[in-house]
Amino acid sequence: MEEFFQQLTNGLAVGGIYALIALGYTMVYGVLKLINFAHGDLFTYGAYLGLTLLTSLALTDRLGFVAGVLVLALMVMGLVAVLGAILERAAYRPLRESPRLSAVVSALGASIFLQNTLMLIYGARFQVYPDHILPAATLNIFGLYLPLMRVLIVLASVVMMVALYLFIQKTKIGTAIRAAAIDQGAARLMGIDVNRVIMLVFLVGPALGGAAGLMVGLYYGQINFTMGWVYGMKAFTAAILGGIGNIPGAMVGGLLLGVIEALGAAYISIAWKDAIAFCVLILILIVRPTGLLGERVADKV
Amino acid sequence: MSRANLLVTGLCAALLAVAPLFLNAYQVDVLNSIGLYALLALGLNLILGEAGLFNMGHAAFYAMGAYTTAILNTRYQIPVLWTLPLSAAVAGAFALAVARPVVHLRGDYLLIVTIGVGEIVRIALVNDVFGITGGANGIFGISRPTLFGVVIRQPQQFFYLIWGFVALTIFLFLRLKRSRFGRALNYLREDETAAEGSGINTDYYKLAAFGLGAAWAGMAGTLFAAKMTIISPESFSFWESVVLFMIVILGGAGSIPGVLLAAFLVIGLPELFREFASARMLVFGLVMMVMMVFRPQGLWPSRGGQVSLALLGKALKR
Amino acid sequence: MNKAAVAADHVASPLLSLHAVTKSFGGLTAVNGVSFTVEEGSVVGLIGPNGAGKTTVFNLITGNYQPNQGDIHFTGQRVNGLRTHRIIMLGIARTFQNIRLFQQLTLLENVLAGCHYRMRGGIFAGMLWLPAQRRVEQEAIERATRELAFVGLGQQTLAVAKNLSYGNQRRLEIARALATQPRLLILDEPAGGMNEQETEALIGLIEQIRARGITILLIEHDMRLVMRACEKLVVLEHGSKIAEDSPERVRCDPRVIEAYLGAEDEV
Repeated sequence: MEEFFQQLTNGLAVGGIYALIALGYTMVYGVLKLINFAHGDLFTYGAYLGLTLLTSLALTDRLGFVAGVLVLALMVMGLVAVLGAILERAAYRPLRESPRLSAVVSALGASIFLQNTLMLIYGARFQVYPDHILPAATLNIFGLYLPLMRVLIVLASVVMMVALYLFIQKTKIGTAIRAAAIDQGAARLMGIDVNRVIMLVFLVGPALGGAAGLMVGLYYGQINFTMGWVYGMKAFTAAILGGIGNIPGAMVGGLLLGVIEALGAAYISIAWKDAIAFCVLILILIVRPTGLLGERVADKV
Repeated sequence: MSRANLLVTGLCAALLAVAPLFLNAYQVDVLNSIGLYALLALGLNLILGEAGLFNMGHAAFYAMGAYTTAILNTRYQIPVLWTLPLSAAVAGAFALAVARPVVHLRGDYLLIVTIGVGEIVRIALVNDVFGITGGANGIFGISRPTLFGVVIRQPQQFFYLIWGFVALTIFLFLRLKRSRFGRALNYLREDETAAEGSGINTDYYKLAAFGLGAAWAGMAGTLFAAKMTIISPESFSFWESVVLFMIVILGGAGSIPGVLLAAFLVIGLPELFREFASARMLVFGLVMMVMMVFRPQGLWPSRGGQVSLALLGKALKR
Repeated sequence: MNKAAVAADHVASPLLSLHAVTKSFGGLTAVNGVSFTVEEGSVVGLIGPNGAGKTTVFNLITGNYQPNQGDIHFTGQRVNGLRTHRIIMLGIARTFQNIRLFQQLTLLENVLAGCHYRMRGGIFAGMLWLPAQRRVEQEAIERATRELAFVGLGQQTLAVAKNLSYGNQRRLEIARALATQPRLLILDEPAGGMNEQETEALIGLIEQIRARGITILLIEHDMRLVMRACEKLVVLEHGSKIAEDSPERVRCDPRVIEAYLGAEDEV
């Protein structure tokens, strides 16, 4: 029971991270119908920028742990958001009218480019987050011991998801994003600046991804320049699982996948852990390609 | 083919054929690598270039062939080159089984699924699936191939084995391209609905493209196993699939000369600039992005050739 | 049954018949209990205001969609439930409203797609380029060049499809459809985007196709073409059939006039 509980909460923490990344995939897919392959690498940039800022600015020493990490998170999110916007300008906007294959190839190229830039700057080896900065406290909840970090990760991801949900559902800009996702042409006719919507999506998605990168750094303490691929693929699986283009779907899919993976690794086989997500992905695409919360749309002939 | 084209092609082929006489063992080995990648990319070109099916798990089929040869040779002492058709059959059958349920998925979804398949195969190999793949260390002690009583050992000998196979592949695939089968793959790529609406069984041809391309990857796997005598999962990583994908796109989807040229550039150039080896992937990534904006059709795009012009000439004379 | 009765039965059974066919997408019923027949050798027009469900009917006939209810028979055989290429192989060929050519390929390759299913040869025959395969290709190329000449594109065999004018792209689609050697040809707005001259030539082409013994079912908004080329019209409105009769009688049908008032001004 203790083991199960630990795996479940661990799964929720990892799932929250998947969900935050998945939101970036699903928002871009919703508006552009494009898989932003480079999104996983923006997440990695979040982790590396977080590490550099954390050690060079010594924010936690000056402001204390809570305020320090909050400021750090905001800085990372802002920087990665700018990177996302640059990516959109450089790699995707010139291909807006091109065939799908061109955009997909460009996305892959961008991913490889971003990843190897990091490698040239930081080197190929694992980088380690300093462990003395972070409180290693554990919480005692009804006799169950939980690492504080795990609880914070789950809380932070839930807060961000709720904020995004309210932003998309309740604000005028959010409505514009939803409209552009349903029908770009019609949205344009209704006076919505679709280019601005796309830019916005490429700011918000990477900001959340960057935050997720920082969380991985803080949670595991170890980061690597290639980790964006694995996390990216899993987050994309989460987005498909929930129904791509569907924002609540990405949240549900992320949490679900995190839990499935944690329990699978614990009770089936740790060696096959990375294969679990891929099996889920293939199964869902065969059985229900529209995902759990997606709607079926007829193909136009 | 025009006379000038024929002349240039012949010259290139002749130059390549005598190259091992002037190059050292290391340089010949680079040419052998290029040959293997060319072989793999020609197979992938059928799937990705001709039929337009986004396959980024080609390394999985390559691995199937290499492991088939390694297992049959080390466990049952079957001569390496005899396993060539078996590798083709195993890789082809695996591709058909995997592609069957997912082949109807739209472009980028298929891409993701094939990445997933590639990763699952690699993880399975690392985990020593069925206890026959040797885990992360792989399989060693694969014997040297023998052809007409000669044991192939030197890089120069492998050069003729590999490039002979490449030449045969080009010969066969050029014919295939201008036949009924080759055209059917192109119809798929251009417009699936129109192809089905013209009486073409699109599901069948999608699977056939996967099966044939994978069978070729399987045979390339046999040659790879023979050349290395040791194989391990890391030779069949996701990045191998990415590099192959890049060769086809860079050369020009559906273009046989383009794929060959790109194999030389992508595999050969980094060997020339070894001091910049770590920046290799960075440059590739940048090239992929820039290419899609300025030259999406590839360096040497396919220019028709889907119909025998000689036959057309005869038809018009009547 | 004696011979005469068999012959009479043969004459009586239509080439294509739809029986109470219904198709809905989510909550929207696009085609609602539609029945009509197309007799062998005739030219039938399917007309109606925009959004009446005409193209959906075509997509149901060629198996792009499956009906929720009802049956479609071709030469007495049930075709709903078959995959599209199987239906084409039975002898139905079609063109598309929003032109679907193989844009990057030549005219010849486009038309060869129609020849495909009557040809033989797979992977090995193609790779080895055996004499038998060469003969099959030769025959197909001859057929394709004949069809190109038939629609008036014989001079541009090796041009690339995307470079053709709009009207010629529609003709190329017809050539590709004819290359399947169909018994029934269905044309989705063949005059769409054509000028008056081109439409006039198209009417001539439809006459020629008919003279080859091919039955035609077409959707068209150009009433001049419909009135001149068709001997029977089926009128749809909001997914339901409101008339099935000769052009002259349909023209005077009060329900048809009402359906078109405000929507179209050609009738």
